Amino acid sequence: MIELYPFIIEAIQIVIVLLFAPLFVGWVRMLKCWFQGRTSAGLFQPYRGILKLFHKDVILAENASWLFRFTPYLVFGVTVLAGGIIPIISLNLPFATVADVIAIVALFAIVRFFTALAGMDIGTAFGGMGSSREMMIGSLAEPAMLMAIFTVSLISQTTSLSNMADVVIHKEFILRPSMAFALLAFVLISLAETGRIPVDNPATHLELTMIHEAMILEYSGRHLALIEWAGMIKLFLFTTIGIASFFPWGISTSVNLINISAGIIFLILKMGFLGIGLILIETGLAKMRIFRVPEFLGSAFLLSTLGMLSYFILE
Amino acid sequence: MTLSPFVLVSLSILIIAFTIALVPLFARHQKMLIYVSFPLMSIASAIAVVAGIWSVAIDTPESVTLSIGLPDLPFHLRLDPLSGFFLTVIGLLSFFVSIYSTGYCKGYAGKRSVTHLVIFYSLFIAGMFLVVLSDDAFFFLISWELMAIASYFLVMFEDELIENRRAAFLYLVVAHVGAIAILLSFGVLAGATGHEGFSGYTFDAMRQAEFPLKWATVAFLLSFFGFSAKAGVIPLHVWLPEAHPAAPSNVSALMSGVMLKTAIYGIIRVTFDLIRVFPLWWGAMVLILGLITAIMGILYAIMQNDIKRMLAYSSVENIGVILIGIGLAIIFTSFHIPVLAALSLTAVFYHSINHAMFKGLLFMGAGALLHATHKKNMDEMGGLIHYMPWTSTLFLIGSISISALPPFNGFISEWLLFQAFLLSPSLNSPLLNLLIPMGAALLALTAALVAACFVKAFGITFLGHWRGHHHPPLQKMGLEVNWPMRIGMILPALMCLILGILPAMVIEWMDKISDELVGGKIATTAGAFGWLWLTPVAHERASYSGAIVFLWIIVVVMLVYILLHIRKTAIHRVPLWDCGFEKITPRMQYNAASFSMPIRRIFGFLFNIREQVRLSTSTISPSFPNRLYYRLRIRDRFWGWIYRPISESSYWISRKFGRLQQGYIHVYLIYSFITIIILLIFAR
Amino acid sequence: MSINLAAQVNSIMAALILLTSFGLLVQRRMYGLLHLFAWQGLFLSISTAIVGYVSGSHHLYISSILTLALKVILIPYILHFLMKQLHIHKEVEQLVNVPTIMLIGIALVIFSYYLTAPIRELSTLVTRSTLAVALATVMLGLLMMITRRHAVTQIIGFLALENGLFFAATSATYGMPLVVELGVALDILIAAFIFGIFFFQIRTTFDSLDVEQMTKLKEED
Repeated sequence: MIELYPFIIEAIQIVIVLLFAPLFVGWVRMLKCWFQGRTSAGLFQPYRGILKLFHKDVILAENASWLFRFTPYLVFGVTVLAGGIIPIISLNLPFATVADVIAIVALFAIVRFFTALAGMDIGTAFGGMGSSREMMIGSLAEPAMLMAIFTVSLISQTTSLSNMADVVIHKEFILRPSMAFALLAFVLISLAETGRIPVDNPATHLELTMIHEAMILEYSGRHLALIEWAGMIKLFLFTTIGIASFFPWGISTSVNLINISAGIIFLILKMGFLGIGLILIETGLAKMRIFRVPEFLGSAFLLSTLGMLSYFILE
Repeated sequence: MTLSPFVLVSLSILIIAFTIALVPLFARHQKMLIYVSFPLMSIASAIAVVAGIWSVAIDTPESVTLSIGLPDLPFHLRLDPLSGFFLTVIGLLSFFVSIYSTGYCKGYAGKRSVTHLVIFYSLFIAGMFLVVLSDDAFFFLISWELMAIASYFLVMFEDELIENRRAAFLYLVVAHVGAIAILLSFGVLAGATGHEGFSGYTFDAMRQAEFPLKWATVAFLLSFFGFSAKAGVIPLHVWLPEAHPAAPSNVSALMSGVMLKTAIYGIIRVTFDLIRVFPLWWGAMVLILGLITAIMGILYAIMQNDIKRMLAYSSVENIGVILIGIGLAIIFTSFHIPVLAALSLTAVFYHSINHAMFKGLLFMGAGALLHATHKKNMDEMGGLIHYMPWTSTLFLIGSISISALPPFNGFISEWLLFQAFLLSPSLNSPLLNLLIPMGAALLALTAALVAACFVKAFGITFLGHWRGHHHPPLQKMGLEVNWPMRIGMILPALMCLILGILPAMVIEWMDKISDELVGGKIATTAGAFGWLWLTPVAHERASYSGAIVFLWIIVVVMLVYILLHIRKTAIHRVPLWDCGFEKITPRMQYNAASFSMPIRRIFGFLFNIREQVRLSTSTISPSFPNRLYYRLRIRDRFWGWIYRPISESSYWISRKFGRLQQGYIHVYLIYSFITIIILLIFAR
Repeated sequence: MSINLAAQVNSIMAALILLTSFGLLVQRRMYGLLHLFAWQGLFLSISTAIVGYVSGSHHLYISSILTLALKVILIPYILHFLMKQLHIHKEVEQLVNVPTIMLIGIALVIFSYYLTAPIRELSTLVTRSTLAVALATVMLGLLMMITRRHAVTQIIGFLALENGLFFAATSATYGMPLVVELGVALDILIAAFIFGIFFFQIRTTFDSLDVEQMTKLKEED
């Protein structure tokens, strides 16, 4: 029975990813309302939204192709796969060897690729606009992301997220400027990849300011439910990648039940704080013009490069 | 005669010769010609593939010296694992393209004679096989020329169009400039071996010799220049985007997929096999050139509207990636770290076979589009996913593979290359430790731009509505291509998937090549965790399992689909949402130029871009334009910097020399007289 | 506080000084530039104090307080006052665009790392690795002077350059003799006053503080 424990933990982790992601988004939206002096719709509103969408019928444009209908399933499946690989509650996941952090970035690239294609499928100007902007932002975020990963992997000598977390947990704590720079860069890149302010406004209804929303404009019903859920999971997963790379203390290193429960509690605490951090950024900044985004991502690249240089120069 | 890989290869070449011999018999019956010659070519290619795989597996080189050849230098042939690998790559794509050509060339029947196409196609493939089999400099150059001339005639196939003739001429000029450089480099190497007469020209002699560093550098630079001209490295790339679109699509698939790889074979053969000792800066130069080629290649590709030009520039980008791997291998070898050099070389070989597969598939798809719609411009197409389901799905698989997305094959070679980059801090040089990771960032930028380019290509061509000016000539039936073309595309797509799912097995097969060239093996660690996982250095360091990713995706997609369809649900089809504007037309969609606009804005400073917009307003009110005129012109800066000065200076020199031709007979007699006097002085 | 922790905090201060140098290169707003310069001075004074603790030379504590008073409080205040009097615009233009400047900056950092590599081998001080950052700060200060058009920003670049030199002194030799440092500090203060006077003069002559206008002083053939 004890050999099955890692698989049970894996299953628990996937269930946590599926269930907690809308909770995290609900927490973030609640905080935003509080900061803006409004009454929030409650912590569980995202769940109600997704369930409502699952019950609705699907409305498709006349010329939607099989790609349009297939994309939500693929996007959801790939995002959940990434959720099974990242060490969220435990380091001993059987799926941890399936992909290292470069492959996880590539998994998110699949999501971006197919969502962009789905945006172009219907043949309106909105979809094309969203796809075009999304591909530009994605292409500029990749070098910065790679440099940040590289800086973190210099210290732990590995690119597998579980092993990175393991090394940071077990090594003595040293204040490292390279990690600080890499963390800053990672925050900027996550804002760009998950489509938050200042890169893209997730709550906008104006077509000219949309990036992610424009690509999924034509979706409805259960397709939209899957895509929205996948978007929430993506935000959740980027936060957990940051936790695993920079603050992994608390993730369980063994398979016994107490450590796993402690891991879950630590996760909830960390996500709570990070939600506050996210909302501070979102309310403090305004959405940028689309052609200032290259400068934003350029500064992310600069920070991650400085991190790498600090490792060699100062450590 | 015992069966061996070499015997199989000879059989393959004999079949090709037989095919050429059969052509005059069928010249009158074009359809029979197509049905006989291309299947024979595919059989020949398949035999070559078997020979190549076998040769790499048994890891023993076989040599043969033919009795024909020059007086002092008979032709030497040799089939060793390196040749075997490239034989496999060339043979595999030729096999697929020959099947495809059986269907594609039917489109020419009745309009144009395909006799020339068949003859030069066979000679082209034979030339490529012979290039990788050659074991001495002269036979190498003869096969090289055969390959170049055959492809020149293939590019010139539709010679009534002047741009095709120009493209072919440019191709010929650049190929021959390269060939001269290669010849000179072999001459330097042969001279430095110290052998008398012509015996220094055999590769065996060069392998045994120790070269002084200065001569080795000269030889390396010359051969690198020559092979780069054929491979399409910046700035010698200008012939690629002209020649590949001009040729028929099956030929473009071969040229892009495997002819460029013969140049890579040449570089690897000369650098790692003949000149085995080299300094660090060669690798740095190759790496930097590779990075520049990759970035510029993909940026050019994004700016294109013509599918085949875009695919040609994308080949430039992939050659850049391969050069990056070769550069890293050279750097690691000069630091005496064979394991990392083997990792980089494995990435190079893997990318060679990957590129052959997906680029061949993409060019065949472009040919299918041309065959069906008679259009090359993406901006005039759209919505074809409904009318050409097979072609669109296969082109999609090609696009996913080239964008390096799991679980297909493109990801494996990019991942291996990133792992090689990330291991560079183990070098002792502090400066390199800082600079090589910046190269990794550029590679990441390139990979992301490739994805953007192919989202654009697939999206504009196949998705949305038909963008052409005229009423779309589309019927539900009759646009999809015929079965030989489909099979010719399905097979490389399957290979893309297999190469992506089972990398450990492929690496174990090709590991002997890097062992021979640099003395390092990675297969012992690569498959150590299990056949499903790829763990190039150690499994704590990095691991990836393409098979599990693929299986997981299938399982989850099916599970979610079944769960959501337990209850009977309805799908309503409605007209597309137009935001209240009723007169929405297909012209309002994004097209190629608009899709690439953000990227053009950011990276446009690298090109010569001119945009022009003119509005003509209506009589009703100045706020409502009647007609909009938009013109976008993008030019390659290298024409102005390098090629125009060279051509203008050569014209200038010719004009100056033209003064020698006075036209008066007395002047010519004076020339002869002066020459006789000078010779008499020297002969004394 | 152990030596090891002190060295780590010093590294972080060095990293922050480098970050503020880059920030000075790319920041567009005038008041933002002043704040960044003040932060750089603060990090510099903390670093000096730490070096003073590690090396045991107490005159570095005095230097640290001097830096704090001069570079974090007095000079930014003077510049702020000048900007108010001259009614300077809130934003400044660059000569070259931002991404190119960032890339050149990174190249300069790598170059200074390469240059100081032999010193790093030989030195026995705790602060040997921060010398590369100091040299990079000097060069980035110079780069800032080259790529900016406005006279006030060029002064800030000059002061950032001086910050870098001071930091180099503490990294390489645990600080200069106190007399030298007092002299340099006095010079900087006087320089700030003189710049102020010159700004008024330039503004009266050319009606703007854009240094490109000074090309009018060139003699025409």
